[in-house]
Amino acid sequence: MSVIHVENIRKRFGALEVLKDVSMTVEAGEVVALIGRSGSGKSTLLRCLNGLEKIDEGVITIAGHKMSHNTAELRALRRDVGIVFQGYNLFPHLTAGENIMLAPVQVKGLRKAEARAEAQRCLELVGLGDRFDSYPDMLSGGQQQRVAIARSLAMQPVVMLFDEVTSALDPELTEEVLAAIEDLAAQGMTMMLVTHEMRFARRVAHRTIYMRDGIIHEQGPSEALFTNPQTPELRSFLKAELG
Amino acid sequence: MREFGQAEVLFIIFALQWTLTLTALAFVGGGIAGLGVALLRISRSRIIRWLVSGYIQIVQGMPLLVLMFLCYYAPSLFGIELDALFAAGIALTLNASAFLGAIWESALRAIPKAQWESAEALALPQSKVLRFVIAPQAVRIALPSTVGYLVQIVKETSLASIIGFVEITRAGQLVSNATFEPMKAFVCVAILYFVICFPLSRFSQWLEARSPGRAKGTSRGKRSIRSKSPKTT
Ligand SMILES: Nc1ncnc2c1ncn2[C@@H]1O[C@H](COP(=O)(O)OP(=O)(O)O)[C@@H](O)[C@H]1O
Ligand SMILES: [Mg+2]
Repeated sequence: MSVIHVENIRKRFGALEVLKDVSMTVEAGEVVALIGRSGSGKSTLLRCLNGLEKIDEGVITIAGHKMSHNTAELRALRRDVGIVFQGYNLFPHLTAGENIMLAPVQVKGLRKAEARAEAQRCLELVGLGDRFDSYPDMLSGGQQQRVAIARSLAMQPVVMLFDEVTSALDPELTEEVLAAIEDLAAQGMTMMLVTHEMRFARRVAHRTIYMRDGIIHEQGPSEALFTNPQTPELRSFLKAELG
Repeated sequence: MREFGQAEVLFIIFALQWTLTLTALAFVGGGIAGLGVALLRISRSRIIRWLVSGYIQIVQGMPLLVLMFLCYYAPSLFGIELDALFAAGIALTLNASAFLGAIWESALRAIPKAQWESAEALALPQSKVLRFVIAPQAVRIALPSTVGYLVQIVKETSLASIIGFVEITRAGQLVSNATFEPMKAFVCVAILYFVICFPLSRFSQWLEARSPGRAKGTSRGKRSIRSKSPKTT
């Protein structure tokens, strides 16, 4: 059964058409990497998938929910779809643990004690079991990003979306975040990740989608796509990225 | 003619309770209404934003004294006799709601859009995003200017003297008229204002100095956000 099903979606910002008739499917347990030049529409696609942007045309079904403008339906959808951004966006006035507990308590109605235990468990999953009481500004970028991942995981999503989650990080810190994502992949989490880490995409993603100017230009099993790109555009993109 | 003596000083000090009552009315009333103003100003409806903006413009564009006269005399057109305390309380509340509303609106707007988005992405409803994520951060930003504005309110209550309400400025006038000692009377009044306002000002400055870096930062060093200081009449 597919977890993400996108059919002929279009997204415009004013006169600029950013997604031009995109269709794709992601199966349960699949890890899909989304690559492409900056401005090709990768973030917009991801943001459409959890309703942060409204599509102008087409149909999105994700985690069993049909994309809707109805706020209650949209909230139900978002409970099952986690997203992590490049800028971490932790809530600066809350500790790491409180950041993670907020949604389980306020959205799912978990009791504080349950939510606390769950938050602790999620922090341990990303290797930060001892940072429950740290405020975001006391954590490194890599730690903040791992807390952000834990915060999404605490909602027990059906699918996780990652938008260039390591792009703001130094190389050493990138590794620890990628390791956390790889763990998730190994546990069978369905994921879609926008990334510039080509080696990571190749190793961890089952399938890679290359976007160019708002369309899916080429896609395929990661190994095949990276070793044997079919289009000249992807070939030159990979050449530039892999150096 | 009376001598300026202890009784006169006590009379002025006694009136302090009315200055403080009026300040409290304006701050609480203006705070509640101002919260509404700030929230409506970030509403999704353009018409609501526009209407509330009109309200702010009208109130801020009118001298408080004129507003006070209007609040005092307008009800009598309908045969209602308003108590001076009540009229002054309403005028000060309206005035404070516009200024506090503007301060708080800019504090709410200073919170990065990414904070709204990541909270909404966690399936929190708007009201809870505001309550648990946006408002706590906005309060830290707005606190120094809010306390600063409280100082303005204390001083603005003096205008209620014009409609005959006996707070300390009016008390000073009465003493001055009775004793022909305006300097003594108004120095006494001035000292009382200073005794109240000075600690508040210092408190506001202390909050201001403490706030920008200490506010547990908005992530990635975007800390320059700070609300405008209020312009006051
Ligand atoms: N909110 C927006 N308003 C207007 N244009 C936008 C907005 N968001 C993205 N865009 C534009 O859409 C295009 C695709 O952006 P984006 O999806 O962020 O690309 P990518 O993530 O692949 O770098 C870019 O040209 C960008 O400028
Ligand atoms: Mg992007």
